[in-house]
Amino acid sequence: MKLILHVWRQKNAQDRGRMVRYEVPGVNEHMSFLEMLDVLNQGLIEKGEDPIAFDHDCREGICGMCGFMIDGKAHGGFKGTTVCQLHMRHFKDGDELYLEPWRAAAFPVVKDLVVDRSAFDRIIAAGGFISVPTGSAPDGNAIPVRKQDADLAMDAAACIGCGACVAACPNAAAALFVGAKISHLAHLPQGQAERNRRALSMVRQMNREGFANCTNIGECEAACPKQIKLEVIAQSNADYIRAAFRERPETVVSGVG
Amino acid sequence: MSAATNLPLAQLRFWDTTVGKKAVMAVTGFILFCFIVGHLLGNLQIYEPPEKINHYSELLKSMPSLLWGTRIILLVSVVLHIWASFALWLLQRAARPVSYVKKVNAHSTYASRTMMWSGPIILAFVIYHLLNFTFGTVHPGGPFDEHNVYNNVVTGFQFWPSSAFYIIAMIMLCYHLYHGLWSMFQSLGYSHPVYTPWIQRGAKIAAILIAAGYISIPVSVLAGFIKPV
Repeated sequence: MKLILHVWRQKNAQDRGRMVRYEVPGVNEHMSFLEMLDVLNQGLIEKGEDPIAFDHDCREGICGMCGFMIDGKAHGGFKGTTVCQLHMRHFKDGDELYLEPWRAAAFPVVKDLVVDRSAFDRIIAAGGFISVPTGSAPDGNAIPVRKQDADLAMDAAACIGCGACVAACPNAAAALFVGAKISHLAHLPQGQAERNRRALSMVRQMNREGFANCTNIGECEAACPKQIKLEVIAQSNADYIRAAFRERPETVVSGVG
Repeated sequence: MSAATNLPLAQLRFWDTTVGKKAVMAVTGFILFCFIVGHLLGNLQIYEPPEKINHYSELLKSMPSLLWGTRIILLVSVVLHIWASFALWLLQRAARPVSYVKKVNAHSTYASRTMMWSGPIILAFVIYHLLNFTFGTVHPGGPFDEHNVYNNVVTGFQFWPSSAFYIIAMIMLCYHLYHGLWSMFQSLGYSHPVYTPWIQRGAKIAAILIAAGYISIPVSVLAGFIKPV
């Protein structure tokens, strides 16, 4: 099949960028979307043009590196699917598609469809961890975890940090990402010691990065390739509010922990 | 971006964060919702003989501390609700400086995406409504008599542009509550796989009932079911 692509081309962070039209003939329905772009890029390289830059790594939907907007939908809008796992059988001959990078002030474009998601790393560094001595692996089941909590923690831990939630949100909010990370550790006994500080720090860092607020509309939930539920945002709101009311200035200033 | 983003992390207080402001919006929104219900119940006395609602009005005015206490709580709620929403709206505008060429809304409701439209329209209406029925300074339907609430309502609504604005504002209120009434639970941290869908259904029903109750009054006046005395 033949596709017509309108792709955002931007040389670097300073470049203004624009949409460029490409025709991609010979697309096989068994290709993934990224493989289709590989074919297009090979053609561009052979013509001496600059290939389209896009992020990718595992290409099996678990690393969180890939992702861009296809026709206004993050990862293409197919349920529980990252763009690397999106296959060309979903499209038909002559389809015209618009490819754009995630759009958010906190995710500056590096080049073409590649954005800098370091903001997520800084949010994790602010509190998305537990402080425990490392060493040999602890005994399995040494710390009992209720099945229901283990499931909720696992559901939240499925977040791969791809940024589709931010891209799909009309406010470019990172509430689903932050909610998943807070909710993941909030449901586990290992996460309790730093639970309050985690919620405060991660929410504050999220705001520092310039992500706007959640308006509870659910676009993120629909876009999430790991199908993280809006419920995690409520969990992080609850944790943040409780922590804010319990916060003691001394603890924070001395940075204990 | 707000100035708060330049502060050290630990100095960002409750109000400085998006989650904090949304919590304030949820609480103040709930207070305003309570008023909307109470006000509707009071208003529905228009369907009783005129003495009923006029007596109710005198009763409220006979308890100035309760009346003004309520008014102050409402005023503070309105100010905080708008202040928070405006500050968040500025953040939202700054959060996506380059918009998409193509963007599809996959899941969200019309009501949820238009809160920033329905809100200001309701505010404009509330200002007109106070001038129209509370202060009586703008009462194009006829003379304003502060001791005859019944007649003020009827003559006020006989002026059809007033009624039209009222009805449009109540439809906006319906949209606003449609999303806001369940959203407040989420903002305050409550979400449940079984109960949240019920809260959402309840919010829709409440929003529609409230708007229908309010809209019934100008419609009844224009249709001639309620006549001046």
